[in-house]
Amino acid sequence: MARVTPFIRDELLPPRRPPRRHLLSIADLARGDVERLLALSRQFARSLDRDVKKLPALRGRTVVNLFYEASTRTSSSFELAAKRLSADVMSIKSVGSSVDKGESLKDTALTLAAYDPDVIVVRHPEIGAPNLVAQHTAAHIVNAGDGQHQHPTQALLDLYTIEEELGGVAGIRVAIVGDVLHSRVARSNIQAFLLMGAHVTLVGPPTLIPRGIERMGCEVAHDIGAIAAADVVYVLRMQRERMREGESYVPSLREYSARWGVTAARLRPGQKVMHPGPMNRGVEIDAAAADAADALIERQVRSGLVVRMAVLYDLLTYDPAEVHVATRQEVA
Amino acid sequence: MLFGTDGAGDDLLVRRARVLDPVGCVDAVLDVRVDGGTITMLGERLGANGHRVLDGEGLVLAPAFVDPHVHLRTPGREDEEDLASGTKAAAAGGYCAILAMPNTEPVVDSAAVLGALVERARAEAEVPVGFFAAITKGQEGGELTEMVELAEAGAAGFTDDGRPVVAPGIMRRALQYNAVAGRRIALHCEEPTLSRGGQVHEGAVSAELGFGGYPSIAESLMVSRDLQIAGYEGQQIHLLHLSAKESVEAFRAARERGVRATAEVTPHHLCLTDDAVRTLDPNVKMNPPLRAEEDRRALVEALCDGTISAIATDHAPHARHEKEAPFEAAPFGVTGLETAFAALYTMLVEPGLVPLEVLLERLSDGPARLFGLEPPRIAIGAAANLVLLDLGAVWRVDEAGFRSKSANSWLLDETLRGRVRATVAAGRLAFAA
Repeated sequence: MARVTPFIRDELLPPRRPPRRHLLSIADLARGDVERLLALSRQFARSLDRDVKKLPALRGRTVVNLFYEASTRTSSSFELAAKRLSADVMSIKSVGSSVDKGESLKDTALTLAAYDPDVIVVRHPEIGAPNLVAQHTAAHIVNAGDGQHQHPTQALLDLYTIEEELGGVAGIRVAIVGDVLHSRVARSNIQAFLLMGAHVTLVGPPTLIPRGIERMGCEVAHDIGAIAAADVVYVLRMQRERMREGESYVPSLREYSARWGVTAARLRPGQKVMHPGPMNRGVEIDAAAADAADALIERQVRSGLVVRMAVLYDLLTYDPAEVHVATRQEVA
Repeated sequence: MLFGTDGAGDDLLVRRARVLDPVGCVDAVLDVRVDGGTITMLGERLGANGHRVLDGEGLVLAPAFVDPHVHLRTPGREDEEDLASGTKAAAAGGYCAILAMPNTEPVVDSAAVLGALVERARAEAEVPVGFFAAITKGQEGGELTEMVELAEAGAAGFTDDGRPVVAPGIMRRALQYNAVAGRRIALHCEEPTLSRGGQVHEGAVSAELGFGGYPSIAESLMVSRDLQIAGYEGQQIHLLHLSAKESVEAFRAARERGVRATAEVTPHHLCLTDDAVRTLDPNVKMNPPLRAEEDRRALVEALCDGTISAIATDHAPHARHEKEAPFEAAPFGVTGLETAFAALYTMLVEPGLVPLEVLLERLSDGPARLFGLEPPRIAIGAAANLVLLDLGAVWRVDEAGFRSKSANSWLLDETLRGRVRATVAAGRLAFAA
């Protein structure tokens, strides 16, 4: 376990650690990493059943939440996750900060770096923003959503939710429905589900499915009927704030809803429904489907807390080198 | 048409270099003597006569390079580059002449602005510079500039580079009128409603990463259109920075039909594909974007067979703080003058994809001919425009080593082979290392 040792002379410190780890993209994770994080999440879930839900694991560590975009679920989830692990938490929203005065992301990162945070959780409307923060600070960086690119902790909590509900992800058929083109959740999830052995089909209008996305290993269908074969129907919100004006991705929300809306009538009993939130009830999903017993949406939010606890804990304590040493000792 | 500081030509002796002038059919180890800026002798064991001697042992002496597509950011963004730094960078890259693009602040769309630039070039330019003027006022695509006056004031050609000429009617009018202006029109082909929001090539990489896509047809559609209009008006056009295989196909087909057109390609489009943007590094963000391997191969093939006759760097300096931003927020463009030869030598010549002679020709003779410049030649009586190349040199591209004011290079920290040791531009030694 890595420890903070401020009072030991440089030459007495153990040899240089490998470069610090981040969670920037599902593409950077191997199956073993995901399994380790899900196992940790289950451990933390058990702690939620106790009266005193706080754990001392990250006491003395500092976690900064740097959010340049609106968020309810993710920001509250990260804040509570850090606090449950006894870390000190600082939450900075771009609105109301010096970003309003035109301060660049680089300068914001440098300012935060002065406080020596252990982890910076970054949500930003532009792809690669967390990578930039990683370049200019010494902290571990967690990508809480960068533009249309990745939202890795969402994918992890979705995997966790499916595992808890269905016992496993391998072999499960998932249909991801809606605005895949603008969705970072979709990109992270496609990679995460495929990594863990699920089968993924994207369903939506041709204007909202990225051209060439099949190369990631998933299938594409344009008829809502394609969700019939799925064990899990994963519904995406129409990302209107990311759509450029005048681009006419769909002629109207009315037509979108009619053709691709996930309604209770289009689902069969036993099919699980998921949504990363926030939902636009009546657009991509109807109230009946959202509130049904087979909807896992609330469970996703709960999963979010323990998965983010696992991510923070893992970033600050897991040392791949130690694992190798342990294995060698066992063999000897 | 080219402007630079005045001065007497130099007296030089380049000793025992492999003199390689592919177009002039020279390939031999020779001494080359330059008197007052003119090549006067080619032979063996020439006397130095008090001339400055450049040791060419083990090196290649070739006709110096010409870059028909450079952004010097002057007037308006002299923090990014000015005439002095831009021409210093050109000299370090082996260039004896460069042509500057007019998308400055203000745009070069009047004889007054052009005249001021010419004056600055006469005061500062270390290597002769030519200046494009805009096709339309402010490059807005609305009204034509006073093309005849601009031509008379010394414009090297006309382009709205940085932007396309959107309206076919205006494109036609410009070509029609250009018959009396007598300079070549160079075109940045981009259909804006197709490229809108596009950050990188629309393909498997953009699908996976989530970037807005800039499809190949955004370029090839305009290429086809412009070739048709040029054919209809019987006017010659030059296509800037081709990036897509569909553009190459349309270009070939038009030439077969008899349309008079030329095309250029950049070093980065010859060497990189859209896989490079996986690093999310804004130093691989360009317009047009890096495309797929099949596009790159089509460009290399067209360069080899001469369909594309010129390499142009599209040297696009940007302020550090503007490029130190997330990819989507960063401006398009990379520098290239100081690394063009080494990058192409390392990535195309050494692996055997393009012969050295072809590369040298496409860097020098081809670009010079595009806009009516005298192609550099190593021959008795020719003005000395020479580049001394060390093909065996291995060097790391370092920000600190750039003579350009900007360091937004796609080659930062890369190790390259092939280095410019000296450049003689218009008879004067502009660079020696």
